[in-house]
Amino acid sequence: MLQKTSAEVGGMGHSVKRKEDLRFVQGKGTYVDDVRLPRMVYGQMIRSPYAHAKIAAIRTEAAKNHPGVLAVITGQDLEKAGLSWMPTLFHDKQMVLATGKVLFQSQEVAFVVAEDRYTAADAAELVEVDYEELPVLVNPHKALDADAPILRDDREEKTNQIFHWEVGDRHRTDQELQTAPVRAEVRAVFQRCHPAPLETCGCVADFNPATGRLTIWETSQAPHAHRTLFALVAGIPENNIRIIAPDIGGGFGNKVPIYPGYVCAVVASLQLRRPVKWIETRSENLQSTGFARDYHMTAEVAADADGKVKALRVKTLADHGAFNAAAQPSKFPAGLFSVCTGSYDFSTAFCEVDGVYTNKAPGGIAYRCSFRVTEAAYLIERLMDVLAAQLQIDPVDLRLRNFVPPDKFPYQSPLGWTYDSGNYQAAMNLALEKIGYRELRKEQTEKRERGELMGIGVSSFTEIVGAGPAHTFDIVGIKMFDSCEIRIHPTGKAIARMGTKAQGQGHETTFAQIIAQELGIPVADITVEEGDTDTAPYGLGTYASRSTPTAGAATAMASRKIREKAKKIAGHLLEVSAEDLEWEPGRFYVKGAPSKAKTIQEIAFAAYTNLPPDLEAGLEAVHYYDPPNLTFPFGTYICVVDIDKGTGEIKVRRFVAVDDCGNIINPMIVEGQIHGGLTEGLAIAFMQEIGYDESGNVQGGTFMDYLVPTAMETPNWETDKTCTPSPHHPLGAKGVGESPNVGSPAAFVNAVVDALSHLGVRHIDMPITPWKVWQILKEKGVAE
Amino acid sequence: MTAIDRNSAMSTKVRIRFKINGADHEAEVEPRLLLVHLIRDVLGLTGTHIGCDTTSCGACTVLLGGKPVKSCTLFAVQVDEQELQTIEGLTENGQLHPLQEGFREEHGLQCGFCTPGMIMAAHALLKKNPHPSEQEIRRGISGNLCRCTGYQNIVKAVRYAADKIK
Repeated sequence: MLQKTSAEVGGMGHSVKRKEDLRFVQGKGTYVDDVRLPRMVYGQMIRSPYAHAKIAAIRTEAAKNHPGVLAVITGQDLEKAGLSWMPTLFHDKQMVLATGKVLFQSQEVAFVVAEDRYTAADAAELVEVDYEELPVLVNPHKALDADAPILRDDREEKTNQIFHWEVGDRHRTDQELQTAPVRAEVRAVFQRCHPAPLETCGCVADFNPATGRLTIWETSQAPHAHRTLFALVAGIPENNIRIIAPDIGGGFGNKVPIYPGYVCAVVASLQLRRPVKWIETRSENLQSTGFARDYHMTAEVAADADGKVKALRVKTLADHGAFNAAAQPSKFPAGLFSVCTGSYDFSTAFCEVDGVYTNKAPGGIAYRCSFRVTEAAYLIERLMDVLAAQLQIDPVDLRLRNFVPPDKFPYQSPLGWTYDSGNYQAAMNLALEKIGYRELRKEQTEKRERGELMGIGVSSFTEIVGAGPAHTFDIVGIKMFDSCEIRIHPTGKAIARMGTKAQGQGHETTFAQIIAQELGIPVADITVEEGDTDTAPYGLGTYASRSTPTAGAATAMASRKIREKAKKIAGHLLEVSAEDLEWEPGRFYVKGAPSKAKTIQEIAFAAYTNLPPDLEAGLEAVHYYDPPNLTFPFGTYICVVDIDKGTGEIKVRRFVAVDDCGNIINPMIVEGQIHGGLTEGLAIAFMQEIGYDESGNVQGGTFMDYLVPTAMETPNWETDKTCTPSPHHPLGAKGVGESPNVGSPAAFVNAVVDALSHLGVRHIDMPITPWKVWQILKEKGVAE
Repeated sequence: MTAIDRNSAMSTKVRIRFKINGADHEAEVEPRLLLVHLIRDVLGLTGTHIGCDTTSCGACTVLLGGKPVKSCTLFAVQVDEQELQTIEGLTENGQLHPLQEGFREEHGLQCGFCTPGMIMAAHALLKKNPHPSEQEIRRGISGNLCRCTGYQNIVKAVRYAADKIK
């Protein structure tokens, strides 16, 4: 057990108020668009109105001659520098500026640079592009048809298939499905959606010809990885590139990839030798940057007559759009989708995924989840409900019957994962008690008799986070460790830097709390700094709930290295052998004589003033942490909905979320993360969708038609927790930011389907809009 | 409109006078300059943010004559002879406004990008209705999007400020 520190020290378990808030509440944050440099100029992207078209000509003269315009860059210009294409983060390449043809609506075609934003926008309108339209492929189910247009003629393989990937025991799974007494199936589309952080993507690229250095202020969740990629792709020596990710206005996976706008700003700055700012609009953000999901899934379960599950078979079609810009570093084309057996003890399973190209924006990124885990959790939690309905077993009872039991951890899943720890029953029981499940079922029965529509949805998800062990995860070969460097100043204050980069998660507070826990230095005395590649140790960034599992662990380990050295100094100061010393947060004391002690502050001063002869000066440490395994947070969510039979409107009456993320660093921040993730889950279940019409025109490309919830649609969330520490994390922590977004969509959908299940409804695809529900009510003859 | 027309339109700058956060200002602006760009780019008050291009998100909310407006959807020339307040004008003598304090105390922010606009919208609400109910708070901030918090703690933060201002 961790020793609890005082509130003043503020170690683990304290709801310390966030250090970063003081600047944010006063409007003193520094986001990329707030960066203003002398002689800075502005870039504006010109984008394709067509989803698939040959570029016959681009005429830039009028734009170039417009007063205030400094440059117009096209794909042909980039081609000369070998930069018209760039690698994606998953074994593909994508166009920076289109050459030859465009492959999705709003694709980047040319880049205008001018003295100010308004002139750049004016000049963009003066660039004339002649397009010749080509047949458009929108439906992924038609991508592999013989008459489908081949979209990527740059590739050797003349097919729209990107990959076929399979895992598990096909033969045994097929056999079980053939012979089992019960077989249930669900076909579910996890729609294309977009993370839409409130700040869009952007950068300021500043090449200084005097020093030869390139500084890029960038909305990046992974600044070090971006630095290495810029060095490899543009051929600039890595020591001459400095990426600064300043305050970031939300990321949710959207800010992991490198986007064409960044590359164009860099090229323009190198050419003009002036700082170039490029900030995308919201519409550009929604229409062209990393989308998420677009998984078309079929799942089948084999079970006994009493509902004990035996085998799971999953077949999925993955629509990646025009380029496979999946921002995921695992060795598997479908990321961690094979965690789709979820919280249940299947004896065998088989999963296959086919990825295809279509004329849509490229992706997909992991939107507030680890690489396809949301799709997996949604699928298995939907399937369990379909099986329960088929067997007429209560969905809770079916889950309890099939949970991986607590004594089976570490649990080897049939698709190859080792779950570190779990107690699924405990989380379920707490959620049931908190929401009053059995009473709600009674109420539902009564309401049904009166013709009212009420539903209860359960989701008992298992997450997989913290990428990741070096043997399974890398970005261009760089292993997915993360890092922390701590320096203790002579006066006992400290600065710490990590390879991660917060976008609202509160690292400046929580990482300080880890150091406070390990060294007893008060949180107020610790500065945490991230995002500057010139100063922070190398790391792979913040996404996939990896910061606490990796950099958080590194912070604990670096603190412990400092404590080891501090012990030697304390022994020197107290004139005893280091072995005779005991530690309690903040001081070493002599065993049996607790008044003979040296505080960490006294030791820090001695590290610079009064050292034992065999020690070097200073008190600092750096640690690179490669986790031995991923962590597996879990929980049970229960949602209650009421449906208006006149309008199809769904009201979320109650939502109880019981999360287990192991040991908690800051309960206030964890709860805030859960509120936010549940709200995004609500948005996905009921509102958010990036659709396309048959011509490839994006529907949902602005905030007028890509609906995100306001305070009016968002209910109050009821949260609670159980605690099953991770056995392999130095602090027993697991990571939490994404659990609510992974676990909740199924709870919402299960609740709506449950409300309509007596009418024979077994599945409704997201987003479940009032219009969709009303159509079902009308079809079933119950609409009012 | 041709490029030449645009040039002549650009050259016709308009002189405006206004008060912002209590101080008098004068500026010569193009008639098409958006208020949010006057605030951010001309005056350097970068606490007011831009989150969309359709007047949907409210990140750019400031007070004009005490009323909340989305500054991305007004021209700078429209504030001639008027009074503006931005997030930078909320702190008095280094003291946080109760709303600013409330957002920190109740964890009403995460990435901080929506926060200035959200606080200004709440500020306008509390001026009009010092004791709002939860539903009134939710309606009062319904023109402002937050992608991080789920609003629950923002509601608490506004209530914290309302209680404190009493």
